[in-house]
Amino acid sequence: MGEFKVHRVRFFNYVPSGIRCVAYNNQSNRLAVSRTDGTVEIYNLSANYFQEKFFPGHESRGTEALCWAKGQRLFSAGLNGEIIEYDLQALNIKYAIDAFGGPIWSMAVSPCGSQLLVGCEDGSVKLLQITPDKIQFERNFDRQKRSAVHKMLVDRQYMGVSKRKCIIWGVAFLSDGTVISVDSAGKVQFWDSATGTLVKNHLIANADVQSIAVSDQEDSFVVGTAEGTVFHFQLVSVTSSSSEKQWVRTKPFQHHTHDVRAVAHSPTALISGGTDTHLVIRPLMEKVEVKNYDAALRKITFPHRRLISCSKKRHLLLFQFAHHLELWRLGSTVATGKNGDTLPLSKDADHLLHLKAKGPENIICSCISPCGSWIAYSTTSRFFLYRLNYERDNLSLQRVSKMPAFLRSALQILFSEDSTKLFVASNQGSLHIIRLLEGSFKHLHTFQPQSGTVESMCLLAVSPDGNWLAASGTSAGVHVYNVKHLKLHCTVPAYNFPVTALAIAPSTNNLVIAHSDQQVFEYSIPEKKYTEWSRTIQKQGFHYLWLQRDTPITHISFHPKRPMHILLHDAYMFCIIDKSLPLPNDKTLLYNPLPPTNESDVIRRRTAHAFKISKIYKPLLFMDLLDERTLVAVERPLDDIIAQLPPPIKKKKFGT
Amino acid sequence: MAALQGEFTLSAVPLGAGPNGLLGVEQSDKTDQFLVTDGGRTVILYKVSDQKPLGSWSVKQGQIITSPAVCNFQTGEFIVVHDNKVLRIWNNEDVNLDKVFKATLSAEIYRIHSVQGTEPLVLFKEGAVRGLEALLAEPQQKIETVISDDEVIKWTKVFMVYKHPVLIFITEKHGNHFAYVQTFSSQTLSKYTLLLGQEEKCVIQNFAASVDRKFISLMSLSADGCVYETLIPIHPSDPEQNQTVVRSLLLKAVVSGLARSGVALAILDHDHVAVLGPPLPASKECLSIWNTKFQTLQTSKELPQGTSGQLWYYGENLFMLHGKFLTVIPFKCEVSSLAGALGKLKHSQDPGTHTVPLFVNWETSQGCGFGSQNSEQSKRILRRRKIEVSVQPPASEQLLSTIKKESEKHIEVELCKFLATKRTPDFHTVIGDIVLELLGRHKAEPSFYPRNSLMQLMQTHVLSYSLCPGLMEAALERTDVQMLQLCLQHFPDVPDSVTCACLKVFLSISDDSLQETEINMESVSDYSDSVQEEKMDEQTEILQNGFNPSEQNCDNCDRKLNKKPQHAAEETVSCPVVPKRAALLNAILHSAYSEMFLLPHLKDIPAQHVTLFLQYLYFLYLKCNENATMTLPGLHPPTLNQIMDWMCLLLDANFTVVVMVPEAKKLLLSLYKFVKSQVCICSELNKIEVSFRELQKLNQEKNNRELYSIEVLELF
Repeated sequence: MGEFKVHRVRFFNYVPSGIRCVAYNNQSNRLAVSRTDGTVEIYNLSANYFQEKFFPGHESRGTEALCWAKGQRLFSAGLNGEIIEYDLQALNIKYAIDAFGGPIWSMAVSPCGSQLLVGCEDGSVKLLQITPDKIQFERNFDRQKRSAVHKMLVDRQYMGVSKRKCIIWGVAFLSDGTVISVDSAGKVQFWDSATGTLVKNHLIANADVQSIAVSDQEDSFVVGTAEGTVFHFQLVSVTSSSSEKQWVRTKPFQHHTHDVRAVAHSPTALISGGTDTHLVIRPLMEKVEVKNYDAALRKITFPHRRLISCSKKRHLLLFQFAHHLELWRLGSTVATGKNGDTLPLSKDADHLLHLKAKGPENIICSCISPCGSWIAYSTTSRFFLYRLNYERDNLSLQRVSKMPAFLRSALQILFSEDSTKLFVASNQGSLHIIRLLEGSFKHLHTFQPQSGTVESMCLLAVSPDGNWLAASGTSAGVHVYNVKHLKLHCTVPAYNFPVTALAIAPSTNNLVIAHSDQQVFEYSIPEKKYTEWSRTIQKQGFHYLWLQRDTPITHISFHPKRPMHILLHDAYMFCIIDKSLPLPNDKTLLYNPLPPTNESDVIRRRTAHAFKISKIYKPLLFMDLLDERTLVAVERPLDDIIAQLPPPIKKKKFGT
Repeated sequence: MAALQGEFTLSAVPLGAGPNGLLGVEQSDKTDQFLVTDGGRTVILYKVSDQKPLGSWSVKQGQIITSPAVCNFQTGEFIVVHDNKVLRIWNNEDVNLDKVFKATLSAEIYRIHSVQGTEPLVLFKEGAVRGLEALLAEPQQKIETVISDDEVIKWTKVFMVYKHPVLIFITEKHGNHFAYVQTFSSQTLSKYTLLLGQEEKCVIQNFAASVDRKFISLMSLSADGCVYETLIPIHPSDPEQNQTVVRSLLLKAVVSGLARSGVALAILDHDHVAVLGPPLPASKECLSIWNTKFQTLQTSKELPQGTSGQLWYYGENLFMLHGKFLTVIPFKCEVSSLAGALGKLKHSQDPGTHTVPLFVNWETSQGCGFGSQNSEQSKRILRRRKIEVSVQPPASEQLLSTIKKESEKHIEVELCKFLATKRTPDFHTVIGDIVLELLGRHKAEPSFYPRNSLMQLMQTHVLSYSLCPGLMEAALERTDVQMLQLCLQHFPDVPDSVTCACLKVFLSISDDSLQETEINMESVSDYSDSVQEEKMDEQTEILQNGFNPSEQNCDNCDRKLNKKPQHAAEETVSCPVVPKRAALLNAILHSAYSEMFLLPHLKDIPAQHVTLFLQYLYFLYLKCNENATMTLPGLHPPTLNQIMDWMCLLLDANFTVVVMVPEAKKLLLSLYKFVKSQVCICSELNKIEVSFRELQKLNQEKNNRELYSIEVLELF
């Protein structure tokens, strides 16, 4: 099949931000997640938990609360005192309104979904009306002085030791008048709101209970603790026959190592996230009808998009962080070896450049040109293009000034293979083509979005000959443009699941599309139809283990000399599909980690199939072919991420 | 009720079946598709629901297929053997069998077995078995001879037991039959001689087998027309030895004894078998489904054009050659019920056997609890009992009336008789009634206490507290500790208050009166020996796992105790209670309880008894610590957890009292010291844990230095 030298890179020092809030939308089965750096991500739970949208963070905009209102409108509020509504189509912030109460700590939506309630630092609670296109201030509830109806005194005593202060981290008000509170003393308490009396007390942790979420039916809720434990409470009948019901702590889950800052309760699953940056989706087995792979636990750690680009010619890697870019040059070796060998380095990898982003905004996307002399990146409000000059060992960086006004914010940037053209997908749905000259540029054309659509394009692919450009949004089909004639060539029919990766093969100009349900399609651009191979594999179906993978394919590339090969990878495997070999059926072994050294020729003949998989590198964030015999793999070991997190609450193992 | 549905022929073209019929019908990896191998050169793949062939393959002229084609479920390929030694492997797309993969083996193959979940297994004529992959890797490998010279394999089958294949084959030598069971999980081959029992002369004509967890149930259809069952253990007690197994009659005269050929047998499910053959000497051949549980004929179908005496069964289809056509008969077997079984009886049966099917074998469901190693035997006994059961049902009523008036001695004799007879399905309720009757009389005339009878009834192991609520009360009244011990041991549902009342009795009864009683001592082993050598000081060292308490602020009480270690050692080693009382207390320790309900009752126990019990518990605890597994010697000793739980319970319930009692002071001090040392151990363990984590961190940093490397990867 082939032997490769693999540059195994583990110096991409990426640490995802901790999760601050999660909000589940039942209507669209989507999950909004906000992180401590202000980033908001949207996961489509119906599309194999794919992270289909994201809104970049902002240094001053710590999100403290997130909620869905009026169906599918998403609001957040944070420590800068602003309430923000997000535009889920154009992928930008619709507007931000100051609540004039100082930092906002909490936000809730009224049961009918038409009013927002925010709790501010100054002690006031403000009621806002949601209008069709904005929100409007309606009432202010000032801090209650004496007129409090009931005062529920929370017991500060905890195991005989008086703590400094007991903080209520969360409350839930049920329709039957029960109030549930979770607090820093590790208690979950049930109160009667009519009398203000404590009904029941569960001491569940030695540390803070930080979050609570109640199911829509109000028959179960979930709480998260600072010890990383998630507890499930259910309203169950006292005896099998009686109608009297009682809240019972049913299941503990320990999927986190750190504080569980946020929990959500979907009809079929418990969702939790926290400081350890994992988003955990734990299906409730009793609610899952079909015990298939969807019933399995999901742990999402890495973004479902690429943070790394690569210059094949100069062996450069560009790493994208929230606020800076890093440029590295790969090392080299002259040695050769056999499978599994680590070769001695004749030159180590160099850190060439640390490019700090200007302003408080997070970087949305970045790209390095294949020739290595251009770097482009974009934040929400500005687009930056740099020219790199290599003079022997020296590297000089020159910013290209006077970017045109329309190039303000990009969702995706791509250079053509010969580095003469730059393609930019803006958040207005338009695609710009720019010709790059030595140290300057020229705007060539803008493809305007189809009339009536505002959906932004998040994925781009250009053919190696530079003639075709494919662009895809989150839901509509993939559009293919003819770059020579500057017109729309065709649209690949829309598919139920979002696109996770795109690429156009050299010479054949076949467009390979990976979807979040793990289907891979091959579409011939010149012929405007799916290729024969794609039809065959759709007819036969993918191997069940292939379909059960739980991370999306984030990158597709091709072998320059072997047109039958497609290289693709997700976070846990790297695969070369050899279209000339027979497809595996469900009976065949999809992944065989052992080299067939001691097997006879007969068995090798019978087990050879099109999918050549390697799971050596994981978690794999990026993999590409530098040349015919060289691969680059960027790994980010989980241990390295954990090492950079604050230490978790120490739990005693012995003598408890 | 089992039913045969409309038959259909699989192909309109008569198969080239020779006089010996087909070689085989085998499942393919797709449902509804079957491989049919005829006796000559051809393999045909049929789709049964469509009744049409999907593919057909033939070997060259001059070659002959010798083992039916099977499907390798792991790869979806087909395998066939021709000319005894040549393997051919192909798949659906291949056209010419001559061009497909071929492997010539060094020995002759009897059959290839292929079942879901494992690779195909090849059985050679000499009895050796190989996995297909291993054979293909080295086709010319030497195949050993397992069976003796004149032995011939007659029949074979493979099962999956706990995800491992188990292969059985039957051989014949000079009229004797032998069964070989090859297991692949443990790689053992065991040989059994099949004894025919009384019907020594019968020739076995056909075999079928099914498997449950421990046994292969081998059914054989003999020339006398009866079906016999033989149970062969899958995991033999002694694999080396040649063992004999006996067969027992399962169904009588299902086919005519005179039928020479054309009989076949297939096991459809747990209760149903299909039999192919003429029911009467002169009649045409018939396919019939029999229920073995109720021994009834469920349904039958005449096959006027005759069969080849072969029967295959997959899923819900029966395959057979009817005339010259391969015929498929779908069938249905519902769970057998008594009503269903009585619905249809064969008319030609003689009236004498009519009573037999009426008997319901309830014990098969209950029997699993009693250990099923002799299930074969029990079945036979059962069959003998069948006749008696209908004769004398009112035995229990007779006994009940006896209890009302007769003397204790007489009741005992009658009870013995009653218990000796048999167990009816409602046995436990009858026993409960008898006990209640006895207790009722005891209540009426207090002098009447039929202790021996009650004991006897207890030994039946079917009683529970709720079935005879008055029994323990009566025993408590009479301080019948032996009875109480039995009750505690056998009742699963003793209330906590009664447990506590028993405890009070056990603690307060005098040693003298204990001497006279007869108590089951199996939970008490001889605690007195070897104790003297043990020193208390050693105990502390073992307890603290190398940790030296004197360096710590751990305890000053420890020092106080250490002042007179010799003294303490001598006192703690001897058991504080006599062995008989220990046995009674152990019965308490073993009983089930709920803390919440037990605690209030424990408060009522007098202080010196609490102290005594605590001392005993502490003694048991020290005994536990003498070995590494923390267990006590003996047959049913109390476990460490039980001891600790009871100690906590007692202290919880009576703490203020115990603190005030001077005798208990030393005990409490040693308990305190023990808890203290446990806390120390835990803190040390925590320290070790942290140290380990630091080490791990250091280790990780070392690994992390490999941030960049160039490696070689080969994809296959």
